[in-house]
Amino acid sequence: MLGDQVVVRLVNAVVMSKGFPLLSGVDLEIDAATLVVVTGANGAGKTSLLRLLGGLDALTSGTGLVAGIDLSEGDLRLLRRRVGWLGHEGSFYADLSVRENLVFAARALERPLGDVDAALERVGLRHRAETTTKQLSAGQRRRLGLAWLLVRRPELWLLDEPYASLDDAGREFFDQLLRDVLAGGATVVVSAHDPLRSSELAPRTVQMVGGRVALR
Amino acid sequence: MMRVAWLVAAKDLRIEVRSRVLLWQVLPFGVIALLLSGLALGPTQAGASSSGPGLFYLVTLFVTLLMINRSQALENAAGTKASVATLGLDPAGVFLGKALALTIELWVSGIVLLAGSVLVLHTDLVGTLHALPSIVVTLATLAAAGTLYGALTQGGDGPATLLPVLTLPAFAPLLIAGERSFSAALHGGALWEWWVIVVVALAAYTAVGILLYGVLEES
Repeated sequence: MLGDQVVVRLVNAVVMSKGFPLLSGVDLEIDAATLVVVTGANGAGKTSLLRLLGGLDALTSGTGLVAGIDLSEGDLRLLRRRVGWLGHEGSFYADLSVRENLVFAARALERPLGDVDAALERVGLRHRAETTTKQLSAGQRRRLGLAWLLVRRPELWLLDEPYASLDDAGREFFDQLLRDVLAGGATVVVSAHDPLRSSELAPRTVQMVGGRVALR
Repeated sequence: MMRVAWLVAAKDLRIEVRSRVLLWQVLPFGVIALLLSGLALGPTQAGASSSGPGLFYLVTLFVTLLMINRSQALENAAGTKASVATLGLDPAGVFLGKALALTIELWVSGIVLLAGSVLVLHTDLVGTLHALPSIVVTLATLAAAGTLYGALTQGGDGPATLLPVLTLPAFAPLLIAGERSFSAALHGGALWEWWVIVVVALAAYTAVGILLYGVLEES
């Protein structure tokens, strides 16, 4: 049984895809309301780890408990509702406007639609609310991804390369957002090639090599 | 379930209105296919109108396959699938919503193709109107079956090119029943018997979709 403060516990977690090990025995524990940065080279397993934590990929062997849900036998659909995912590809319906994408998420989760305007204001996209998503720049799409997460208010934020495509102002905004999210009690796991620049956030850094955690 | 169904259907239809894939790509293809079919038959055969129902459903099959691929591609765009998965939508509602949106899109294409059939193949207008109930249900059944098979071939690593092959056993009886009831409406015969077959198939595919769509999504 996990203590209340532990959100993630993986023991020898293995994820295979078409016979290839994406994760080859990960041991990891993450406390609630903490920021963990997962670093590593391309192909080290950063995204695979985040996908496992989000219930987006299945555990092949080992054990895992995320937000109280067993990754082997629990309801992964329930887990997915508790996590927020920001992928590096962009995460929306390209032919819907910024606002329509957020309204879709809010309605799906039965959140008040007032949250949409608040999220747009927060990420600085209010003036692009009616713009079709495919017309946004890469940095604006990243901000929309963050707005999507603000509307969702997940317990566990899984952010895959969130600093990609953000300019300096965007990075500072993002660091401030992370501070607020952590202060609100959520847990954040970020994948990045390098450790975070912000020393204020004081994250715990986990380095991955070859599908394993090499350094905690 | 129904709340999610309306949400997904409205989203798919809104995307269709925005992207105009049906209007500018699929419908022109369908009309041209119908026109070429009429030309291939020649004025005597085409004017006899007996070929109208068969050609209507043949072209509808092509349109259906295109629209199924389009419907599934919306969900499988890079990144979208993972983000939407974290919304934890009820899969039965997603199935119903996507099938409903596809049904409405096929109804729109059906109106255009029926008009084309009347104009190009000289299909009898009164008989065509008489066949409308069976056409409406047949297109809804194609949409329900197509949504199921679309998830099967495009979810995960399923090759989308397999869609026509996999749907053939499911679509063939529907197309035969639809064509028979359309012909019966034009020329007399057992209209309602064929219509009932399609209604039963619609109920069956809807039930299977509600039960299994989540499994197909996960696979």
